Amino acid sequence: MTLSLGTLLGQTLTFIVFVYFCKRFIWPPVINAMRERQTAIAEGLASAERAGKDLELAQERATEELREARGEAQQIIEQARGRANQMIDEAKAEAKEEGERIKEAARAEVEQEMNRAKETLRAQVAALSVAGAEKVLGASVDEAKHGELLSQLAGDL
Amino acid sequence: MASGEGSSAEYIQHHLTNLTYGQHPDGTWGFAHSAQEAQAMGLWTVNVDSMVWSLLTGLVFVWVFYKGARKATAGVPGGLQNAVEMIVDFIDDTTRSIFNYNNPLVAPMALTIFVWVWLMNFMDLIPVDWIPGLSAALGIHYMKIVPTTDPNITMAMAFSVFALILYYSIKRKGVGGFIGELAFHPFPKFLFPVNLILEGVTLIAKPLSLGLRLFGNMYAGEMIFVLIALMFTGGIFMGVFGGVLQWGWAVFHVLIITLQAFIFAVLTVVYLTQAHDVEEAH
Repeated sequence: MTLSLGTLLGQTLTFIVFVYFCKRFIWPPVINAMRERQTAIAEGLASAERAGKDLELAQERATEELREARGEAQQIIEQARGRANQMIDEAKAEAKEEGERIKEAARAEVEQEMNRAKETLRAQVAALSVAGAEKVLGASVDEAKHGELLSQLAGDL
Repeated sequence: MASGEGSSAEYIQHHLTNLTYGQHPDGTWGFAHSAQEAQAMGLWTVNVDSMVWSLLTGLVFVWVFYKGARKATAGVPGGLQNAVEMIVDFIDDTTRSIFNYNNPLVAPMALTIFVWVWLMNFMDLIPVDWIPGLSAALGIHYMKIVPTTDPNITMAMAFSVFALILYYSIKRKGVGGFIGELAFHPFPKFLFPVNLILEGVTLIAKPLSLGLRLFGNMYAGEMIFVLIALMFTGGIFMGVFGGVLQWGWAVFHVLIITLQAFIFAVLTVVYLTQAHDVEEAH
């Protein structure tokens, strides 16, 4: 309990040495490590947040693109259907036209055939009527003389 | 020591006497063998037990914290680094909330004071007869193991802090500014003698209260431990009762030693903040 200058001075020196040692060798590394970790954690959190935001954005874009693609597909199907209908209609029209043309050709041929038959008949009738008249008149009918008459007759038939 | 030789008063006296080294009145150097002999040595003595335990606890602080600091990484901290960081962070937060100037000395000093004073106080929790008994068996007659119950130890730290207060006051404000601060507050300038006395007392009170508060608390705590230890000689009933009391007081003392260490560190920071404050209004 008595004043002891040796103790006083000794403790003062010890105090100075320990404070110096702490300030020089203990405090800076510990506090620096803590600060660095703090920065690293803050950066990590920030980048995680950024990644989350990016993900959200990407998902949004994916949804958007999906919707667009679906719309496009719908449009393509619609177009294809329209094109198919058009093709069917075209084919129908063409077929009808073709049929019409075939029918027309057939009719023309029939008519032609008939005319030819008529011609033949007419010629035969002329010959027959000449032969008949010869028989009736007993004389030959001069074909050259009466040719005009005969062809008139044949035309009347 | 508790049983047998001497009365209770001697037992207590013995526990409160430092191992003092100094010059005997006859001119030879050596240890004092009684409080009277120590008294006769005058001022130039060394309380060897206080110094040894103070050094040992200080080395424990430096060793443990240096071990933690040397391997400090910004990555995942290990167990020791965690513990060191927890205390450093606690002191850093406390210092930062009080001290707003750029001075790289203050926080490490607060850390040193907090941990070192805590370790010195912690010696109080070791049962009072263990180490003195051991050293008596080794032939060392006096052994006071709690350095903070020695006013020379606490005042040495308080005066060191006081020297820093004076240094930073003069460095920040200049000699004139510092004297002006003492002379022109709190009353108007023409009352400067009154101001000087008031502010002077305030200034001197800082180291005195700082050192004596710690000493007083620890001395009283130690005294109570010694008194409780006396009960162990009073038969089985008193012995058991004393054991319970000692346990209770030790538990309570854990709070006191931590609180006193913290108060010493925080007041140091507060006083240094005041030393750095330049503005006139306060």
